[in-house]
Amino acid sequence: MTFVHKSIAALLLVTAISSPAFAQTTVKYMTFSAAPDYLEELDATVAAFEAAHPDINVEVETAAYNDYFTKLQTVIAAGQAPDAFELNYENFVAFANRGVLADLDPLIAADTGFSTSIYNPTALAAFSQGGKQYGLVESFSNVVLFYNKDLFDKAGVAYPTADWTWTEELEAAQKLTDAANGVWGTLAPIQFWEFYKTIAQNGGSMFNADKTEVTLDSAANIETLQWMVDKVNKHHVTPTDAEMAGQTDGDLFKAGKVAMLRTGIWMFGDFLANANFNWDIALEPGKTNKAHHFFANGVAVSATSANQQAAYEWLKFLTSSKEAVEIRIGAAWELPAVSDPAYVQGYLDQPKPESREVVFQALDTAVTPPVINNWTQLTDIVGQELEAAKLGQKTPQQALTDAAAAVKNIL
Amino acid sequence: MASRVLRPADYATYALLLLGATAMLLPFAWMLSTSLKSGQAIFVMPPQLVPEEPTLDNYTRIFGTMPMGQFLINSIFVSVVSTAIMVLNCAMAGYAFARIKFPGREIIFYAYLATLMIPQQVTLVPLFVLMTWLDWGNTYQALILPSSFGAFGTFLLRQFYLKLPREVEEAAFMDGAGYVRIFFTIGLQLARPAIATLAVFSFMASWNAFLWPLIITSNQSMMTLPVGLSFLNGRYGTDWSVLMAGAVIGTLPIIAVYVFAQKYIIQGLATTGLK
Amino acid sequence: MDGVTGRGKYLALAVLLLPSLIGMGAFYILPVISSLVLSFSKWDLLTPIQWIGIGNYVRAVSDPAVQQALRNTLTFILGYLPAVVSIGLGIALLLNRRLKGRTIFRAIYFVPVVTSWVAVSLVWKWLLNPQYGLINWLLSLIGIQGPGWLFDPSWAMSGVILATIWKDIGFVTVIYLAGLQEIPENLIEASEIDGANAWQKFWSITWPLLAPTTFFVTTISLISSFQVFDQVFIMTNGGPVGSTTTMVQLIYKNAFGYGQMGYASAISWVLFALIFTVTLAQNILQKRMDRSDG
Repeated sequence: MTFVHKSIAALLLVTAISSPAFAQTTVKYMTFSAAPDYLEELDATVAAFEAAHPDINVEVETAAYNDYFTKLQTVIAAGQAPDAFELNYENFVAFANRGVLADLDPLIAADTGFSTSIYNPTALAAFSQGGKQYGLVESFSNVVLFYNKDLFDKAGVAYPTADWTWTEELEAAQKLTDAANGVWGTLAPIQFWEFYKTIAQNGGSMFNADKTEVTLDSAANIETLQWMVDKVNKHHVTPTDAEMAGQTDGDLFKAGKVAMLRTGIWMFGDFLANANFNWDIALEPGKTNKAHHFFANGVAVSATSANQQAAYEWLKFLTSSKEAVEIRIGAAWELPAVSDPAYVQGYLDQPKPESREVVFQALDTAVTPPVINNWTQLTDIVGQELEAAKLGQKTPQQALTDAAAAVKNIL
Repeated sequence: MASRVLRPADYATYALLLLGATAMLLPFAWMLSTSLKSGQAIFVMPPQLVPEEPTLDNYTRIFGTMPMGQFLINSIFVSVVSTAIMVLNCAMAGYAFARIKFPGREIIFYAYLATLMIPQQVTLVPLFVLMTWLDWGNTYQALILPSSFGAFGTFLLRQFYLKLPREVEEAAFMDGAGYVRIFFTIGLQLARPAIATLAVFSFMASWNAFLWPLIITSNQSMMTLPVGLSFLNGRYGTDWSVLMAGAVIGTLPIIAVYVFAQKYIIQGLATTGLK
Repeated sequence: MDGVTGRGKYLALAVLLLPSLIGMGAFYILPVISSLVLSFSKWDLLTPIQWIGIGNYVRAVSDPAVQQALRNTLTFILGYLPAVVSIGLGIALLLNRRLKGRTIFRAIYFVPVVTSWVAVSLVWKWLLNPQYGLINWLLSLIGIQGPGWLFDPSWAMSGVILATIWKDIGFVTVIYLAGLQEIPENLIEASEIDGANAWQKFWSITWPLLAPTTFFVTTISLISSFQVFDQVFIMTNGGPVGSTTTMVQLIYKNAFGYGQMGYASAISWVLFALIFTVTLAQNILQKRMDRSDG
C-alpha cells in the first residue's frame, strides 16, 4: 500500500467511526436461563454477535428464574422494557395477549436470505399467537431420570430401562435406600411442574382439552398424588423437606445421596463438573403412559422498543447462528431448537452421559405445561395444595378437591 | 456512683445479662464463622464455631459474581442523600410550623399527622404507578425521594422548635433578618440534637429499607444491599457459606455506623419514643 | 416576631414549607388518595383500567388467602408480643440496677435492631436449618430432637417469631430503660422503708408507673406485627403451605406477581382498617385504665 492509499484508508476509517452508520445501538436483553451457570456462555455469544455486528452493543440483565417474571412485568409496566427478553412458553401466552410483544413477521419478511425453516417447526409454532410470530424459539429442554450407577452397582440393582414402570422404580428404590448412610432411592420434587407431568404418566390431566373444565380432582390424579406422597411418607424412599434441610435435589444427587432423580437436562453441566461418580440418564418410568416434560424458551422483542431491528438481529443470532448454537451445545446449555440434524449429531457425539439419545426419545411423549391466562396464580394455588398433601396436612383427595375448587374461580 | 461491694443478686444479674448477650451475639458469630468456611465444612457435625481452615473464597466468589461494590455504593448514596433531604425539609417545615402563623396551619399539620396512621403499604401501588408514569424505574430519584419526606421528622422538629426559647431569634429579628435567614443562620444550628436523632433514624431506615427498593429496582446496577442480598438468596439459596459472606458484607457497614453513633441512636430512640 | 410583613411571611413559607408540602403531597397524600380510588378498579397496568365498585372488597372478605394471612398474623402476635415485651422489660430491669458495664450490655442488646432484616433473615434461616443449624444442634445437646422449623407448617411461624423477638428485644429494652429512668427514686426508697420486697416493689410501683411505656411498646409492636414482610419474604416466602403468609405479602404478590393492582390496593386498605381498629381499641382501653387508676 502506498502512502496515499494508507491515508485514504485512514480517512475512511475515521469517517466510518464517526459516521452515523457506525453509531452504536444498544440492545438491552433480559434473561433468566443464563443465570447462574451459563453466564460465561452468554458472554461468549454476545461477544461473537458484537464482532459480527460492530454497530450493535448488547447489554445483558439477568434475574433468577423465581424473580424473573415479576421483574419483567414490572419493568414493562414501568415503561422500562428491555428491547429484547426471554420468555418461557408458559408465560409467553399471557405476555402476547397483553400486547407487549412486537410482531416479528414484518422483520422476518424484510430479512432476505433468512428463513424460519432453520427452526424446529413445532417449537417455533409455540411462540406464535393468532397467526403472528411474536417470538423466536431459543431452546428447549426436558426432564429425564438421572441415576447414580455406582449406587446401583453397590446395591446390585439393574439399571433402569425404558420398560420400567412405577412398580419397578419403587422396588429398586427400596433396595437402594440406605437410611443409615442418608442415601435415598428416588427423588422427584412434589410441586406443580412435577405434578402435571406425573398425572400424565397415569393418563390424567389438569383440564379438559379446551381448558374449559377443571379435571384436577379426577380419581386417576388422586391416585397419582397418593403415589408421589407415599414415596416420602409411606415407603421412605424419598427424603422429606426437613431431611433435605434446604439442599436442592441437585445438591443431594451430586453428593451421592440419591440413586434416582427426575430433573432437567439443564443439570448436565453442573453434574458433569461436580458429580464424582458414574451416572447416566434413562426415560422416566410411568404408570399407564410414558410422559416427559417439554419446556421451550423463546425470545421476544418489546412492542415499545426503539431498536426493534437491532434487537431482532441479536435474537436471530442468539437462536440460530452457528456460533451461538455451538456454544450452547458445547456447554449443554439446554438444546438449540434448530432443525439441522448436524447440530443434533454434535450433541449426541459428546461422551457423557452415555445415553444422550434419551433426551430426544423423551420428546415422543412430551407434555406441554397446562397454560391458562392466570398462570402464576394457577401454579401458586395448586403448588400450595400439593405442599399440604406432601406434609400430611391434607389427604391427596382433599388437597386436589380444594385445588380444583380454587382453580375454577380463576379459569 | 461510688463502686460498691457486689452482692449475690448482682452476680445473678451479671449471669443473666451475659447469657442474654451471648444469645444476641451468637448469630453474628455464626454468620461470620460460616462465611469463612469452605463448602463442605459447614456440614460438619458438631458445628465448629471457629473454622478449622478459614478461607476467604466465599467473599471472592461473591465479589466475582455480583456487583457487591455497586450495591454498597448505591446503599451509601441513597441513604446519605435521602437523609440529607429528609433532615433539611423536616427542619425547614418544622420551623415554619412552629414559628410562622398562617391560615390553614393547623389543618395542614393535622393532615401531616394523619399520614402517620396509614401504613406504608397503602401507598405502594400508586407510588409504583407514579414512578412508572415519570419513567423513574431503576433510578436513584425513585429510590431516594419517596423516603425523603415524612411527618415524623417534621413533627419532631416542630416540637423541638416549640420548646426552644425565642430570645436569640428575636435579637436577629431586631437586626432586620427574615425567617429564612434566621432559620439558616440560627435555627438549624440550634436544632442540632433533634437533627442528629432524625438523621440517624432516617439513615438506618433508608439503609435497611427493603420492600420499596425491591419493587423499584430490577437492574443489578441500581440495587441496594438488602435487595442484592435477597437476589443472592434467590441465586445461591442453599450455598450457606456464600450467603453468610453476603450477610456479613451487608451487616458490617451499619454496625460501624452504630458503634460510631450509638449514643445518638439509643438516646434519640429513648427520648423520641416517649415524648 | 410576628411583626414581619405579610409578603415576607409568605415568601418565607414558600422557601421553608413548600418543599415539604410538595414532597408530602407527591409521595404520601396523593398516593393515599389514588390507592383508595384504585381499590375500586381492576387493573394490570398493561391493559385499560376497569371500574368494579366494591368488588375487590367483597372478594377480600371471602378470600381464603386473606383469612389465612389474618390467622397467621394473630398467631404471630400471640407468640411475639407477650414474649418481646416481657423479655425486653426483664432485661431493662436488670440493666436498671446500674451495675458496671451496663452501657456495654445495652449496646450489645441493641445491635440486632440496627441490622437489616434481610441479613438477619438469612442468618436465622441458616441457624434454624433442621440438619446443620446451630439451634437444633444446641437442642440436641440437651437431648431434644429439634423440629423441622421453616420446613414444617406447624413450626415455621415459631421460627419467624423467634427471629423477630431476637431482633426487637433491644428496642423494647431501650424504651423501657427510658421509662424506668422517669420513675422517681424517692418512691422506690419510700417503699423500701416500708419493707417491701423486690417483687412487691415491682408490682406496686414500677409496673403501674411504666404503664405509658408499656402502652407505647405494645402499640408499636402491634402495628409492626400487622406489617411483617421482610423476614417472611426471605425466610419462608410465606410457606410451607401458606403457614407464614402475611397481609403485606398478599399485597406484594397480587400487585407485582399477578398484576392485580386494584385488588392489592383493596387489601392494603383492609390492612389499614385493621391497624386503625386495633390502635383505637387499645387507646380506649388505655384511657379506661387511666381513669380507673385516677
